[in-house]
Order: sequence, then C-alpha cells, then structure tokens
Amino acid sequence: MDITVRLFASYADVLGSSHATLTVSDPVTVAGLRAALSAMSPRLAPRPLIAVNEEYADDDQFISSGDEVAVIPPVSGG
Amino acid sequence: MMYSHVGPEPVDVSAVIDLVRAPGNGGIATFIGTVRDRADGSAVVGLEYTAYVEMARRELRKIVFEAAGIGSDADVAAVHRIGQLVVGEVSVVIAAGHAHRAPAFGACRYIIEEIKRRVPIWKMEHYASGDSEWVVPSGVITEAVAAAPTDAPTDAPTATPVTATTGGG
Repeated sequence: MDITVRLFASYADVLGSSHATLTVSDPVTVAGLRAALSAMSPRLAPRPLIAVNEEYADDDQFISSGDEVAVIPPVSGG
Repeated sequence: MMYSHVGPEPVDVSAVIDLVRAPGNGGIATFIGTVRDRADGSAVVGLEYTAYVEMARRELRKIVFEAAGIGSDADVAAVHRIGQLVVGEVSVVIAAGHAHRAPAFGACRYIIEEIKRRVPIWKMEHYASGDSEWVVPSGVITEAVAAAPTDAPTDAPTATPVTATTGGG
C-alpha cells in the first residue's frame, strides 16, 4: 500500500518536499515504514521518531492507510 | 489556569505572566528564551523555527497539563513562537504561579525541559557567514555514530554534523 508521510526540517530539505509517498507492505509497522524511508536517501538523518495521528508511535505499532503519519527528526525547540 | 500556544505572533511577555497572576499565587516563576548571537563560536544573525504545528500545539497542551499537576495545581502558561526571529527576540515564554515558590519553579522548569525534549519544533541557525544549518540538539547520538565500532578512528566521518543546542534557552 502507499503511505504518504509529512516531512519537516532536515527531512523536508533532503527530500525536497513537505510530503513523501512510500510504497510499503500491508500491514506495515512503524519500524517497517522507517526502513522504507531510510532507503530513500543516504543523506537522511538516521532513526527519526514517527508520529501517527499526532502522537509519537512505538516501533511495533501498525499503520493504517487512513492514518496521518509524520517523520519527526530530533527536535530543537526552546 | 492552563494556557498554551504555538504560533508566529510576537510574544507579549507581560500578557503571558498576567495569565498566572492570582490572589492566591504568592510566587510566579518565569522562563524567557531569546535568540542568542553565537553558537559554537559562529556568529548567529537569526533563527528560523519551523513546527509540525498541530502536533506541537497538542504536545505543548499535554506538557502544560502535566506541569500543573506536578506543581500541585500551579497556574501555568507557555507560548512558543515560530517563524523567522532575529537576535534578541523572544522565542518562548513560560510562567507558573503558585502559593509557594518551589512548585512554581518546578512547573516552569518541567515545561521548558519537556518542550526541548518532545515538542516537534525545529530551529535553523542563520550565520553571519551566510550559511544556515538545522540545529541538532546536544546529546543526540546519530545511528552512524552509535553503530561505529569502538576501535574506529576518532576522525571517522559521521552521517550528520552535530551542533550544540543553541539560542532560545
């Protein structure tokens, strides 16, 4: 299935867009999605957190096609 | 009182503090983060804060709620600005009011530490040299670094430049 993810900061810069669509196996976990993501470019910062429906998600959480998925590289607010 | 906001509007520091003023609050602790002019020896002219706005608001709302409990029912308010800021501008204001100082300080400290740990906001530093770079918080170990064998040469290249957390508290 295709999952569209929101991208921010360094991820948006490296991939040149605020969104990316990944084709992944169905079902897919957060860890599986992260692996597909890291294959897109060697310049992506490794092991970002993944948010599903605006909440940080665990590696073994499953992602459904209707979920809002976002890639969260290390945050630096404050 | 619990208030939180993430947005591009300049922050009115006094207005945020006023939110936690109350007859029973004998102490108000505040934290104000401003844009610093240096980072790791480089002259900084400004910062750009970008956010996953919906989630940042949601996460900050949770943190403020948690802080109110930690502070034994403290009144708490937190505002984080996003967008382009120049040196000296206010990026974050936190105010916590309580009958006594210890819970006020505790709630205030909790909020800024949790903002830096988990609110999805990122800052890019703009240097006087014309370069810009996303800040990678100190303490973050990249996978490339973590996976390196312990006998790797110390000058082994890493996937990501690491810079210390800078500016805005």
